[in-house]
Parts: sequence; C-alpha cells; structure tokens
Amino acid sequence: MFSYYIELALRSLKRTPVLTALMVLAIGLGIGASMTMLTVLHVMTQDPLPGRSAHLYYPHLDPLPTNYKTDPLGTNPNQNLTWPDAMALLHAHRAVRQAAMAGGRVLLWPQRTDVQPFYVDGHYTTHAFFDMFGVPFVEGSGWTATDDQASARVVVLTQTLARKLFGAANAVGKTVRLGELDYRVVGVTKDWAPKPLFYADASAQFYSDVDQFFLPLSDVLNSKQLDGDLRVSGNISGWSDSNGDNLRDPSTTWIQFWVQLDTPTQVATYRQFLVDYSAEQKSLGRYQRPPTNAKLYSLMGWLQYENLVPDDVKLQMWLALGFLGVAMLNIVALLLAKFLRRSGEISVRRAMGARTRDIFVQFGIESALVGVAGGLLGLGISQIGLWSIRQRPDDYAHLASMDPSMLVGTVMLAIVASVLAGMLPAWRACRVPPALQLKAQ
Amino acid sequence: MQIQPILAALRKHRLATILIALEIALACAVLCNATSMIAGRIAAMRMVSGVDESALGNIAVTGFDPAQANDLNARMLTGLRAIPGVQDANVVSSVPFGPQWGVAGISLDQAGKRSGGVIEFYEGGPGTPQALGLRLVAGHMPGADDYQPLQGYMPPNPRVLITRTLAEHLWPGENPLGKEFWGMNITFRVIGVVEHLMVSQYTETGVRGADWSVFVPAAPGGMLSGNYVVRADPQNIDRVMTEAKAAVRTIAPDVVLDHDTSRTVGELRHAFFKTDRAMAGILLGVIAALLLVTALGIVGLASFWVAQRRKQIGIRRALGATRADILRYFQIENFLIVTFGIVLGIVLAVGINLSLMKLFEVPRLPYWYLPIGALVLWLLGQLAVLAPALRAAAVPPVVATRSV
Repeated sequence: MFSYYIELALRSLKRTPVLTALMVLAIGLGIGASMTMLTVLHVMTQDPLPGRSAHLYYPHLDPLPTNYKTDPLGTNPNQNLTWPDAMALLHAHRAVRQAAMAGGRVLLWPQRTDVQPFYVDGHYTTHAFFDMFGVPFVEGSGWTATDDQASARVVVLTQTLARKLFGAANAVGKTVRLGELDYRVVGVTKDWAPKPLFYADASAQFYSDVDQFFLPLSDVLNSKQLDGDLRVSGNISGWSDSNGDNLRDPSTTWIQFWVQLDTPTQVATYRQFLVDYSAEQKSLGRYQRPPTNAKLYSLMGWLQYENLVPDDVKLQMWLALGFLGVAMLNIVALLLAKFLRRSGEISVRRAMGARTRDIFVQFGIESALVGVAGGLLGLGISQIGLWSIRQRPDDYAHLASMDPSMLVGTVMLAIVASVLAGMLPAWRACRVPPALQLKAQ
Repeated sequence: MQIQPILAALRKHRLATILIALEIALACAVLCNATSMIAGRIAAMRMVSGVDESALGNIAVTGFDPAQANDLNARMLTGLRAIPGVQDANVVSSVPFGPQWGVAGISLDQAGKRSGGVIEFYEGGPGTPQALGLRLVAGHMPGADDYQPLQGYMPPNPRVLITRTLAEHLWPGENPLGKEFWGMNITFRVIGVVEHLMVSQYTETGVRGADWSVFVPAAPGGMLSGNYVVRADPQNIDRVMTEAKAAVRTIAPDVVLDHDTSRTVGELRHAFFKTDRAMAGILLGVIAALLLVTALGIVGLASFWVAQRRKQIGIRRALGATRADILRYFQIENFLIVTFGIVLGIVLAVGINLSLMKLFEVPRLPYWYLPIGALVLWLLGQLAVLAPALRAAAVPPVVATRSV
C-alpha cells in the first residue's frame, strides 16, 4: 500500500510541476536558512571538553566594594580573581585539582636567524592545568608543583610553535628566549584549543584564539618582565585608588581560576568553602559585600554567564525560524488548495471503500515527499549559507560547518516541517464525504 | 465592482485565505523589523568620527622598553615627518576605530556622587587636534603650555577639549567652557568644545554615547608613546602609509610594528564595520527570500483558484462579464486578502519589535515604516496575482457550455 501511495503522490506532484517546484523551493529556502543558523548556534554552544566538562567549575568571588558601580558596557571586574584570592584558593587545595591562569602575550626571539622576533599568545598558569583539562602531550609533560614554587624558567609549547622554532627535531630540553630571559622547554602539546576557549578571559576571542605556549604564572610574576615583553592579555581591572599596575594588588582582578570536583558532595563542600572564605575576608575587612555573593559555576553554566553567543546570531536565528514559519504557512495553504481540489478523486476512493485513515495516509505521504525534496534542497542551501558565514569576519565564522548530527537533523526538520504542514490539508481532505462530490458533477 | 460576492467566495475558502493572510502578516512583520534593523546598521556605518579620516593613518609599535619611550617618540616623529608627502605626524593615544586606549567613569563633583557616565579619553602631543582635523565650535584649542608631562596616564591638571554631545549630556543647556569634571582622582577643566570625536570602539549596546570623548593635551612620553597619527593628502595617504610602515624598520629596528592597527583610518573604519555590513547583507537576503516565498505562495494559490473556477468564470463571461471584470475580480480578491494580512501584520510587527527591544538592543520601529511595508506588500500581491488573473480573464465564455 505504501509504495502505491508513493506512486500516487509522485503522479499527483508531477501533474502540477510548477506548484510542486514552488513548494519545494519555499521549504528548501526555509530549511536552508534555519539550519544554517541552528548549525552556527550549535557549534557556538557546544561542549568544549566533552567528558571532562561536567567536573570543571569556576569559583566566583565578589571582592568589590559596596559602592562600586559596574559599567554596564564593560565586563564585571569580579569575573576574574585577584592575585591574593587566587593564591589562597590554590594553596587551600580544597578541590581535586585546581589551577590559576591568565592570558598572556610574549615577545619570542627565535634562535634561527632567518625568523624575525614575533609575539605569541598563550597562557600563564599553574601545574595542574594540564592534568585537569587533559591536555594531550606529544613529548615531555607539564611542569611540576615544585617548578611552580621555585618559579622555574620552564615553558610548554604547542606542536605548531615547536615545529616553527625547532623544525622536526625534539624540542624538549631546548631553550627559547621570551623577552629578555631563556626558558627551557619541558613539554610539547598537541595543537589543543577547546572551542570555545572556555578558560580564557572575557576579552578573548573565544572561538578563534589558540594558545601556543604555557608558562608558570609564578615565574612570570617574579621575573619582572611583565608589562615589558611579557603581557597579560586579558582584562586587568582595579578599583582602589592606588596605581593599578601592581598585579599583586588585592583590589586588582585579572586571574581566571578553575577547579575539578568529581562528586556532588565535593561541589557542595567547595561552594561552602567559597562562602566561608568570603566571610573570613569580610571579617578581616577586605571584602564588603555579603559572603553569599560567592558562587561556583559549572563549566557550561559559566559559558552561559559569559554570554558568548552574540545578539546578532540570536537575532539571525529568530529571523531564519520566522522565515521557516512563513514557508510552512505557504505550503499549508498550497497543499490545502491542492488537496481540496481533488475532492472528486477522494470521494470516489471513499465510495470504493477507502477509510478516512487511508486518505489521510495518502495525502500525508504526498506532503512528506515534498518535505524530503525540500530537505535535500535545504541541505544544499544551508551548505551555501554556511559557506557564506565562513567568509564573514566574525570570530566564530571558521567553525560554521555541519557535523553528521546536524546533517541528519536538517533532513529530519524538513520532513517534520512538511508533514506538519501537510497535516491540516490531509485532515481536511479525509473529511470529504464519499459520493457526495460525485453527485455534484 | 461589488465586494460582496468576493467575500462570499473567500468565506468558502476560509482556511486557505486565513493561511495566506497569516503568511502576509508574518512577512509584513519581518519586513518592517528587518528594514528598520538595516537602517540602524547603515546609520551606524555612516557615523561621523569627527576626524579627517581620508587624510589620516595610524602607526602603532610595541615591544619597546618603557624607559626608552621619549627617545622612541622623538625618533619616530622625526622619521615619520621626513617621509615625503607627510603633512604632520603626532604622538596620539589612539584614533577613532583604532584600539581603545582609555575609558573611565567620570563624575560631576569631586566627591564622585554625581556620575557623568563612562567616557573615552584621547591623549595627544602638541598639534594633534589640528592634525586630526577636529573642528572647534566653542572655546579655544590647547595652547603650548597645556601639553604637560604625564603622571601615570594623565597630566596632573589637564585642560581638555570635549565634544558637543558630551557637553550637552553633562551640562544640559549650560555653557561648558570652564566647567570641571572628575575621574581617576584628576580634575579636568574644559577649554574648548569640538563638533565630533567618536569613541574608538563604539558599540550600540550599553549606555555610552558614540561621541562621548574628551581630548587631553599632554607631552608625549611614558604611557603616551608607541602610537602615532600621520596626516597626508588623501591622494597620497596609501603610499605614505606603505612608506611609513617600511620606515619604522629603519627608524626603530628594535620595535615590532603592529600591523593590525597600523592602517589608514579609512581602512580601520572599513574593518570596524565589517560585521555591520555582513548583517545588513543577511537581512537584505532574508527580506528578498521572504518576499519571494510570499509571492510564490500567492501565485500558487491564485493559479489554483483560477483553475478551480474555470467553469464559473466561463459562466460569468457568457452572462456578459468583460475580461476586465474577471481580471478585476481576482485583483480585488487579492487586495482584500493582503489587506487582511497587513492589518494583522502591523499588530505583529509592533509586537515583535517590542519583544526584540526587550531581548536585544534593537531601536524602536519608526511608525512610518508600517504604511511603507503595507504598500510594498500590496504591490507584491498585485504583481503576484497578475499572471493568474490574466489567465482567468482569458477563459473563453464557451467553457460555460462544456460539462466537466
């Protein structure tokens, strides 16, 4: 019966080729536009570290004075931690793993004379960073807790940077000159850049920034190179009257901090620890705001808080969905007109013994066929749409392409949309009374 | 032409009529809102920066020892001014569309009680306002003794230029000359008002006005170093910039040229509005596709109804209706459906606009967009229905005599 209905549907569609083409085009455009934007949204809100993200948390403290007015434009200074707070959390060791970090940009002097000195972007961090985030190493490893304490002059490079500096040879053990000082390479990571770069500061380009090196935070602060050839590339916000240049200042925030907590109990305990720590700081007179302002964000929660998806993208998605809505209304109206025009044919079939259900299925299949064709066209259109997005200047543009799940999703959306659109017309069609139409003619 | 029979016929096809009207309503709502957003983007792209963009270029270098700042500034200025075609070169903190240098909250009293908002500070050495081409509307340009050495980011008692918009925001209706404001524990005194000076990285979100800037005269050195503005004849600026970037290598071999921000102000502006241009293009594409789909829907439905009513059309023709009567019948029918859609669409457009205003930073829909949107849809409807209606008009009266 099914194949018969398909044959009937194909014959019916072929009878009105222009109308069929119009419907397929309309649904194709609607699906294409919607899937383009849904794909962009999908890649922008994806989990940056599948498998690990559920155990990663971002502590949020509020050391701001009560009368501090947040600039509604800029980022809130309490998104980052101050140096004393970060060190207190780090040395408290209350989480399974914890690491403090800040974005950095350093002037690198290659040993090869044919390469000019250049700036590279990376992160200053502490040793647990690599294990906590599961950074894959090609050779060597991260530095140790001892290196952190001793402010050792060590560096971890990415494969791309290591190749650029040392060619194919092993990089571990070699030295690189950063600013005025030499650093020993202890490890080379695979090119690793979670998308979005969740651990970066709010000012980062979350979808296009790539870290090329990692340096011990303690050394960077001790080497007195900061603000010369080594810089902090994130937001540094201070609120005291003293000069904000001092990164150790207790009223200057610039550090990001991540902790790994494996069980709900650990999470609850850590949350309490943050509140207790804030209360302690308040009793010492350092904090002014209520200790309950301290929060613990999950990784995905933190990304939501950072609001990475630009308004433009959300707006475009709503536009695209609105467009799909128009296309669907269009198809409902056309199918309705088309099906009801065949009232005579329906009447005959009903009089010959077809049940209402049969008629419904028959016309449902016809709408679904339009949907499949529209979906295939929409797939093509969304590929063009994604290609055009990749040409755009935005930071997320290069990520805009479909994974298999989105491919299947596109066709599914098309079929669901067109079957939904065909529902009402098919239902109206199956209510045509048998024989009555025959009498009229 | 009587409307009564048309309405009666539409009532028989109530569902299809409502659906097409809904489609038109949705199209009308999206059309009005998308057009308004495009207008917003275009307005943003046309924003007046207040500087002579076509004559200016920015040169930024990094990687120098702060202790060498004075020496570097002197070398750079001499070197840049020596390039043929350069009319002037000055040390400046930034330029409009360049990197953001100094943004801070200010207050209208020393105690910091009355906030004046968050504004942008530009800082530059002697001759910078003239080199930028700032247009003075009141007061006077900074004199030679106004360019004082910095203490940190600012000179101790800066006498500044303020934009007209910012002056009006801070002291509405008052003469801003001689007025003072406070920020970063410094007292700023206004000596002149300029027509425009746009903030470097303007965003529509937030409360900061596009023109909320202040120019602080200062002696170059310390924090004010490494960024230079070059002025040349607009015809020469591209060549001058190429030569200037090449010259940096010989003037200061030990510094790194920042290629991203070392561009003409025109190029910086172009790059700054890239996303706005892309968004305007997308909106335009959506509008075009939407109107196309709507028109296709009207064509499809009208064709169907024409085919369905062949016999009735034939009867009417046989009873004496002219071709023009038949044509007009379908045109009026379409007009009625579209009008119904437009009425709904206007309500929807305002509703969507209000919710967009809440969710995103979208400006209020100007009301005169609504009649224009209606007009566009009426025209679109009439165009779309024309071909099917002509086909209907061509039905010969003899059809009436044939059985199905």
